[in-house]
Formats: sequence, structure tokens, C-alpha cells
Amino acid sequence: MSLLPLTFLLPLVGTLILALSRGTLNARASAVVGVASVGLAALVTAWVGWTFRADGGTGVDMTLWTWLSVGDFQPAIGLRLDGLSLTMLSIITGVGFLIHLFAAWYMRGESGVTRFYAYMNLFVFSMILLVLGDNVLLLYLGWEGVGLCSYLLIGYYYQTSANGWAAFKAFIVTRLGDVFLAIGLFLLFRALGTLNIAEILARAPEVWNEGSLEVQLAALLILGGALGKSAQLPLHTWLADAMAGPTPVSALIHAATMVTAGVYLIARMHGIFELAPTVLYLVGLIGALTLLMAGFAALAQTDIKRVLAYSTMSQIGYMFLALGVGAYDAAIFHLMTHAFFKALLFLSAGAVIVSCHHEQDMRRLGGLWRRLPLAYAGFVVGGAALAALPLVTAGFYSKDEILWEAWAAGNGGLMLAGLVGAFLTSLYTLRLIIGTFHGEMKSDNARHAEPGRGLVHGLPLVVLALLSTFIGAGIHPPLEGVLPSGPGADAHGVGHTVLGIFAAAASLGGLGLAAWLFLKRRRWLAERVAGGWEARLWRLWNQAWGFDIAYDRLLVRPYRGLVHVLRNDIIDRLVLVAGWMAWLSHRGLSYTQSGKLRLYATSMALGVTVILLVLVLGG
Amino acid sequence: MNGIPMEHGLVLAAILFTLGFAGLICRRNMVFVLMSLEVMLNAAALAFIVGGTAWGQPEGQAMFLLVITLAAAEASVGLALLIQLHHRFKSLDVDAANRMRG
Amino acid sequence: MEIAFYLSGLIAVLATLGVITNTNPVHALLYLIVSLISVALVFFALGAPFAGALEVIVYAGAIMVLFVFVVMMLNLGDQGAAQEKAWLRPRIWLGPSLLAAVLLVTLIATLWSGDAGRMISGEVLTAKAVGSLLFGPWLMVVELGAMLLLAALVTASHVGRVASPDKPEVNAESGARKEAS
Repeated sequence: MSLLPLTFLLPLVGTLILALSRGTLNARASAVVGVASVGLAALVTAWVGWTFRADGGTGVDMTLWTWLSVGDFQPAIGLRLDGLSLTMLSIITGVGFLIHLFAAWYMRGESGVTRFYAYMNLFVFSMILLVLGDNVLLLYLGWEGVGLCSYLLIGYYYQTSANGWAAFKAFIVTRLGDVFLAIGLFLLFRALGTLNIAEILARAPEVWNEGSLEVQLAALLILGGALGKSAQLPLHTWLADAMAGPTPVSALIHAATMVTAGVYLIARMHGIFELAPTVLYLVGLIGALTLLMAGFAALAQTDIKRVLAYSTMSQIGYMFLALGVGAYDAAIFHLMTHAFFKALLFLSAGAVIVSCHHEQDMRRLGGLWRRLPLAYAGFVVGGAALAALPLVTAGFYSKDEILWEAWAAGNGGLMLAGLVGAFLTSLYTLRLIIGTFHGEMKSDNARHAEPGRGLVHGLPLVVLALLSTFIGAGIHPPLEGVLPSGPGADAHGVGHTVLGIFAAAASLGGLGLAAWLFLKRRRWLAERVAGGWEARLWRLWNQAWGFDIAYDRLLVRPYRGLVHVLRNDIIDRLVLVAGWMAWLSHRGLSYTQSGKLRLYATSMALGVTVILLVLVLGG
Repeated sequence: MNGIPMEHGLVLAAILFTLGFAGLICRRNMVFVLMSLEVMLNAAALAFIVGGTAWGQPEGQAMFLLVITLAAAEASVGLALLIQLHHRFKSLDVDAANRMRG
Repeated sequence: MEIAFYLSGLIAVLATLGVITNTNPVHALLYLIVSLISVALVFFALGAPFAGALEVIVYAGAIMVLFVFVVMMLNLGDQGAAQEKAWLRPRIWLGPSLLAAVLLVTLIATLWSGDAGRMISGEVLTAKAVGSLLFGPWLMVVELGAMLLLAALVTASHVGRVASPDKPEVNAESGARKEAS
């Protein structure tokens, strides 16, 4: 077990090597260092997982050293390995390694590859700290670290200013959530006097009554942090723009790992949320709203990566829904399967994008299935898992469990939202696949697509494709004893089977409708969308219900107006008078420095005359 | 008459000094500027001599010696500058050398 | 003795007026020499023969010769006399003269406000008294004067050096040496 710290030290070493090489490493060496560090971390994780299982799943606490010591406030650099963090750790290092490997193919020929791998390794390091930290301070360190890496990687192609703005947006919007989280953590520390997560969960029921105002506030603030990082309503607007980064980044950070940090946080802090049932219900409600909102928005996107971005929001909405009904294990299970199939989808999208010379607009792709069979296969398998194709895919099992738990918790509304969301999911997934791979090729970029070759390209896709099928669903996260079991855990009966049939029907119905609409009635659909209320609806969905515009109108512009007013501050004016006078006297004095010798002599004589006159007349 | 009033000597020194000063500030030719400076120094020396003789002390003449030393030093440096000015600007106009202005 | 003082004083003032109004440098120098010699006569009249002798030897002799040498070297003769006339229009000298007049009035007023009511009897202070003063208690001042002259010598020989052929050319407009390239 003493190997545990290596999981985050290896990526850190990788970051340091890459960052300190100062451009002396060539692209190939950078890729080797960047991939190897995460690969070794994945191996260590496998070893750690194996010993964890051998020890009977008791978990382990490790205190490396005391971070700082101020009176009673002594947060440690301490690690806590239990089923939950092991699950997260495996996803981060395992999926992360596959994505790094794929990135070695994707980033070929790009400039600044060393920087890319340095950021990616730093991200893995921060994310592992986030999930392994045994106190909220360490968790917060990792939390901010992944936010920073997300910012750096979204703005990776910094030569285009739009990417910089997208990075800004992501940073600022998630920062809003981070502030809530920080205040929530302050509140916890003030009330409970400890930062250790296990102690927080143990003490919270002793200090607070269920539903007391303070615990509700703390839960609400923590939820705020989770909403920002996990791109849920109303802090979701950054994720779609975050697709400006390289596609492996979207796969790793904005689909598989970082955006699920909010889910992890709520699951980790479940003891607090159990004490605040209203807030917990709000979690589920937000999840349901987000999954519907993002589902409709995904229907109307034309950029492959934006479709996937909105589907990510939608799937995380499912996880929040599960959390909201108290089915933490279902949420984590879906988190895991989602990491597999969404990473697969993004990597396949990356394969398409690179093959088609960085064309990622569906309207300019099409008919690629013959040319890019591997990417097509990846899309089909991943899409099937996303659409929860019954029985053969991982996504079906996890999503079905969420729906069942929602039903078992007596929350029919949420369950219904989930069913509608499943229908929407299959609709937009098939639309994405048909738009990208079927029909005629709509541009030269598509016609001249060059399929990817080599192990680094193929291996991650194949492994992730396998994990996205029922094989992935066979991996059960060892969550017993860490998280309370959900409301429907004991009652697998006829009801579950019936609900499964409903879910399958929703999924298949969506697929069928999509096939009919996008294959048979394509022309009719295009005509409908060209004008009238359908066009307005399309535009509304395309802009994701106009949240960006609304935020711009409601928040950004009033703020800018206020700033504009305050810029002419009267106090500023008073302060500026000093500078203005200095400037004026400078001008006046420099005018006397005319360079004319006789003028200097004259002024000296004038001075002497005046002084003498004063002396004579005054004396 | 049994002597010269000290004020008359000092007034003479003041007149010479003022004349030198007028020359200093109204001439642009550096030769004249330097000559005016000599006149002014000479006037100051005269004031010392007047003071020394009025009190019957030799200090006035000792100070005169210092003034004359100063005048010699000033003249040599000033004339060197004059040569440089003429060499660089092909002119003796002191206003030509006005690059150190604000 | 009094007559000698007032007469030489008048000549000194007139000659100095000639110095500052003349447009020809050589003529102005001659006026200056006259002025200096008349001031030397004033010294004699006041009873300071050592100072008067020094005035003639050092001022009128050495310093003025230096001036004459420079004027001759630069060949200033009557070159630029027209320019000098242009520079001496009333519009230009009126202001400085006014200022000088004010200064003079102020100086005289300062004199009269003091109580300097002494008479100069013309008693001779010989070189012996000056010499024993200079090489007695004022020795340090003599040393300082020597140092000043040495510094002036070094400065003059450095500043007055015209650029040798291997030095960079000098820009006639700005006066700056061109950057060695």
C-alpha cells in the first residue's frame, strides 16, 4: 500500500520534467514522458486495487506529513483510499492513460506538444489529489488544480483569441462555483472544527439536526461548487465553449473525469446532504432539468464536439438525478460507464476530426463510414452505450439502475424526466452518427479523409469500445460500506423488469424515430427547419435555450455598465489631480529648460535682484 | 579732500559688474560672452580691493589673487569650450548648443 | 590721487561700454584691455600697487593674450560682423539693459543701506604685507588656487582638443559625435 502516493507523484514528476525541459525535448520525447508517467500511474493503481481487494476492501489511510500547523488547525497531506476513491482513481489513471496514448497520435505535428503533456500530467496529478485527499483542503487544492489545467488546455490554441475567451469563460464560471464551495468548506470548518472528511461525516449528525438551516446552507454551497465544476444548470454555459481545446482534452477533462468531480464531491459529502433533504431533492431536480435542457440543445448542434458536450451535460444530469434520490452507487456506476463511452466517443470524434483535416462541422462531413471504419465502430459502440441500447451496452445497465432507483424512491417525476431524456439521447446520438458517417460526403475535407493508423490510434479505441459494452457493466465499483445503498437496492423485482422494458422502449423508440427522421424524411425535416416556428425553436435549441444571451443581458452588461459608471469615480478624479499637477509642473519646468544659456543667466540675475530687493526694502 | 569714500569705489565695481552682466545676457557670440564674464570677475576683484584698502588690510589683495586665479582658469576652460563650439557647429552662437533642453 | 581714481574709473566704465557694444571681437578685446588697465590704475590710486601690477601682468598680459590667440586662431577678424549687428538690435538689448539697470539700482541701494562710511586714504599696502599673509596663514588658499589652475589646465587641454583624424566625424547639426559603426 505504500505505493499509493506514487499514483500522483508520477504525473507530477512527468509535469516537472516536461515543464523544466524548456523546449529541449522534442515532440516524441515529450509524448513518451507524458504518456509513460500516466501509464506507470495506471499500473500502480492496478497494483493498489489488487492489494485493496486482497485486503478485503477495508481501505487505507495514509498521512504523509502535516501541511501546516496553526494552533489547532493542522491539515495534513493525507490520503484516503476506499472503494469510492479507488473507483475514481482507476477511471482517472486508466481512461486517462488511454486518452494520453491516443493524444500521442492526435497531437502529432502540432506545436507546443511539451506544453500539452505538461498540462495533461498536471491535470492528472490534481485530479488524483482531488479524489485521494482525506481532507477537504487537499480536495480543494486538487479542485482548483483541475480548474487551472482546464483553463490552460481550453486555451491551448491560444493564437486564436476566441479560444482564449472560451478559457476565460470556463475559468470564471467554474470559479463562481468554487467560491461557493470555499465558503461552504469554511462553514463546515467553523461548525465542525475539522477538515478531515471522515470526521466531518461523523460529526455532522451530532452537531446538526436534520434540516437545520446551517446544514442546508452548507449543503447548498457545496452543491454550488459541484454545479460549477460539473456544468449543471445554471452554471453550465462554459462546457460547450470548452470544446475549443484539443479533442483528447475534451475527452479527458470535459467528459470523462473533471466534470464528474461534482458528482464525486456530492457522493463524498453524502452525510451532509443526507441531513439536508431539501437540498438533496434540489440536486435531483437540477439534474433532471439539466438532462432535458442539454438533450434538446444537443439535438440542434452542428458541431460534433458540441453535440458530445451537451450530451455530457445531459449524462451528468443523470448522475445528479441519481444523487438526488440517494442512489449514490448508481451515480458512481453511471459515472464510470459514462467515462468509458464518452471517452470513446470523444476519441472517435478526434479521429474523425484529424482524418478530415480538422473539420468538425456535421454539415460538412458525411459518408465517412467506409473510409474511417475504426472511428465509425467507435462511434457506433459509444453511441449505443450513450443511447443505452438494451442489454449489450454498459450505458443501459447504469442508466436503467438510475431510473429504477428514482422510481423506487417514489419520485415518478424524476423517473419520467429520465425516460424522456433517454429518448432524446437516442435521438441526438443517431442524428450525430448519421450526420457524420452516412449520406453523401459534403466537403473536400470529408472526401479526402485519411484513416488513422498505428497502435496508439487503435488500441485506446478498441479497449474503450470493449469497456463500453456489457463487459464494462460487469465491473462493479466496490462501494459497499462507503456510500449508503440506494432506495431500490433491495427491491429488484417485477417492477425493475417492467421499468427496464420502458427504458429500452424509450431508447429504441428514439433510435427508430431518429432513423426515420434523418434517413427517410431528411428533405422534409430540412424544409420544416428552414422557416416558421420550427426555425425559431431550432435556433433556441442551437443556442442552448439562450442562456449565454440571458447571462450577457442580465449579468455581464449591467456589470459592465456599473464599471463604466464607476470608472468616472469622483475620488479617482481627486487622486488624478495630483498626477495632473505633477504633469503640469513638469511641462512648465521643462519649458524653462530651453537650452539657452543667456536665459539661465537672466533668471539667475532676476533671482539675485529679487532677493537683494527683499533684503534692502525689508531691512 | 582727504581720501576717496569707500562707497564710490564700490559703486564703480557695481557699475562695471552690471555692464558685464548686460553684455553677458545680450550677446550671443561666445567670445563676447566670455569677455563680459572677465569684466564681471574683474569688477568683483575691484570690490575686494576697495574693501581691503578701506580697512587697511592686505586680505583684499590676497582675495584678488584668488579671483585672478579663478579668472585665468575660467578663461582657459571657456576658450577651450569656444574652440569646441566653433569646431562642432561652425558658429559661435551659444544658442546653437541647446540640445540639453526639456 | 582722487583725480586719478575718478578719471580711471570713468575710463574703465566707458571702455567696458565699448566692450559690450562693439561688434568686432578684436576691437572689443582692445577696449577690454583698456578697461583692465584703467582698473589697474584704480588699484594704484587706492593704494594697492601689488594688485595693480598683477592686474596688468596677468589680466591684461596673459589672459588677454590668450583671447587674442583664440580669436586669431578661429580667424574671427571681421567675419560675422554683420551677424553681430543683427544680434544687437535695440529690441534685443533693451530688455537686458533694463534688467541690468534694475540690478545696478538694487546694488547701490544695498550699498547705501549699509554703514560703509569709511574713507580710503590711499595708504600703500605693499607686496610684503600681501606676501607674508599669503605664505603665512593663507597658505592653504594658495594651494587651493594651484589645484584649481591644475584642474583648469587638464580640462582645457581635454576639452579644447579637436578630434584627431582617427576619431569619428562630428555631426555639424547636432554637435554629437557620430556613432562608430
